[in-house]
Amino acid sequence: MNEHNRPHTSTEGTSMKTREASGPSKMTARSLWENLKDQSASELIIENLIRLSGISVIVVVTLIFFFLLREGSAAFLDIPLRQLFGSRWYPIEGLFGLWPLMVGSFWVTIGAVVIAVPLGLTTAIYLGEIAPLWQREILKPFIEVLAGIPSIVLGFLGWVALAPIIQNLGAPSGLTAFTGSFILAYMSLPTIISITEDALYAVPKEYRDGSLALGATQWQTIWRVVLPAARSGIVMAIMLGIGRAIGETMAVMLVTGNAANIPEFGFGALFQPIRTMTATIAAEMGEVAQGSLHYNVLFGIGIVLFVVTSGINLLATRLVGGRGKRRPGGRL
Amino acid sequence: MNKIEVRNFSFFYGDFQALSGLNLPIRKNQITALIGPSGCGKSTFLRCLNRMNDTIDGTRAEGEILLDEQDVYAPDVDVVDLRHRVGMVFQRPNPFPQSIYNNVAFGPRILGTTSSGEDLDEIVKESLKSAALWNEVKHRLQEPALALNPGQQQRLCIARTIAVKPEVILMDEPCSALDPVATLRVEELMRQLAEAYTIVIVTHNMQQAARASDWTGFFWLGKLVEFNKTGDLFTYPKEDLTESYITGRQG
Repeated sequence: MNEHNRPHTSTEGTSMKTREASGPSKMTARSLWENLKDQSASELIIENLIRLSGISVIVVVTLIFFFLLREGSAAFLDIPLRQLFGSRWYPIEGLFGLWPLMVGSFWVTIGAVVIAVPLGLTTAIYLGEIAPLWQREILKPFIEVLAGIPSIVLGFLGWVALAPIIQNLGAPSGLTAFTGSFILAYMSLPTIISITEDALYAVPKEYRDGSLALGATQWQTIWRVVLPAARSGIVMAIMLGIGRAIGETMAVMLVTGNAANIPEFGFGALFQPIRTMTATIAAEMGEVAQGSLHYNVLFGIGIVLFVVTSGINLLATRLVGGRGKRRPGGRL
Repeated sequence: MNKIEVRNFSFFYGDFQALSGLNLPIRKNQITALIGPSGCGKSTFLRCLNRMNDTIDGTRAEGEILLDEQDVYAPDVDVVDLRHRVGMVFQRPNPFPQSIYNNVAFGPRILGTTSSGEDLDEIVKESLKSAALWNEVKHRLQEPALALNPGQQQRLCIARTIAVKPEVILMDEPCSALDPVATLRVEELMRQLAEAYTIVIVTHNMQQAARASDWTGFFWLGKLVEFNKTGDLFTYPKEDLTESYITGRQG
């Protein structure tokens, strides 16, 4: 870098001007010294910029948290807890029972996990361990495309294509928890597949060779050596998949029927209309008066969601960090 | 008596011919060492003996490798069964990231040879004893295998191989990642194991071949230049190429 086309950050504005006016200066001992000083100054600036952007993330997260608390805490303070976690959500009558919404989110998420985890893991194992190269090259772009489909488009597909099928199967309505689960499963599949595949890829080839050389079949090698070695990465994949499912709003709002009632417990619950926490916030936020109790409760739901997803993340780091310490492979 | 008989064997990675026209006997309960410079095909040949090269795409074999008179590359051979009979110890110790016990028990478990836990305990104990590792690990069988030092890890891999009771043990530069003390222990171990097993070892280290083997084969550019009793090959090499390699003038 030449001395004349670089701003001199360490010198004051006035001397900078004179310097630039004088054009390329001679390389005197003095300018060389200044050059060095400039270099350490630019180091300092870059370092601080990086630090600033790092800190800003933390600050923003804290601000979000406090904002949530400020707007939502009234819900927990003004409404008796018994009623807040009660079973009736009728905002017009002043009944704010969150329980039906929590149960709704729970069922949709569980359904999505039950569908997505086996499908995702087997797909990743097929891609990473079994499929020949040419098949992998065809399949991987498809999975990336799946990841890129906007959630509202998937929700629309669920509404138009999946809901009629489910209604024909005998459900009271096509818009059920299961419809939401199915759509969510396909939304979290790309996450689960790609992270699991990375975890499998990180398992050293030596482990596979060692197992095969002992006379293990390919399946025995995958099941007894590769998957255990990739365990922590796979747990991470599942947790991130669940996180994706819980937080999703638009698709589930379209296809789950939006009925804030508690479904009967058991398998039948999946085939009844429900309403999730996220969908409730999205649907009602536009209609409430700012500062009203209803408004506060919607933020209260936000706090509950925040706590649940943080809990899942914490659990994931616990599971991943715990026993995998000595493992060279399989971790992310 | 020959455990393995190699007849006019060639091997290809795609268009590249890695081995050409090999003929050699591997004698039962003896240690056969394969020496030669890097890339001469000695490891490739070793991995042909239990068909580990099958895991690489686009490879092809010609000729015969007869294990007890039966060609290992014959179409009706079950590769899984072949690898039970011909075990392998790798260059870098590769214990599974599991407990010491589970590493040794891995083979018997997948074979389904044992029904009771006591039998399995006994096999693990015997295998670790045969690999001269029992005394060092008997009180910590449930600890992770990766907590052992490299020399112990390599002996664990040997124990793991012994546990499936193979007939032949292939060793691919088993000491190249070990320090001299650990190397010596593995060499002593090979001596003891040769009483029960047929051993083929690939090594870069000519002193090791001279010390530890009964027969030596010298590979050069995918061909077997010379094969003889270890003492004879090192003291009276018949080929000029062998002589210049073992004296360090070539390779």
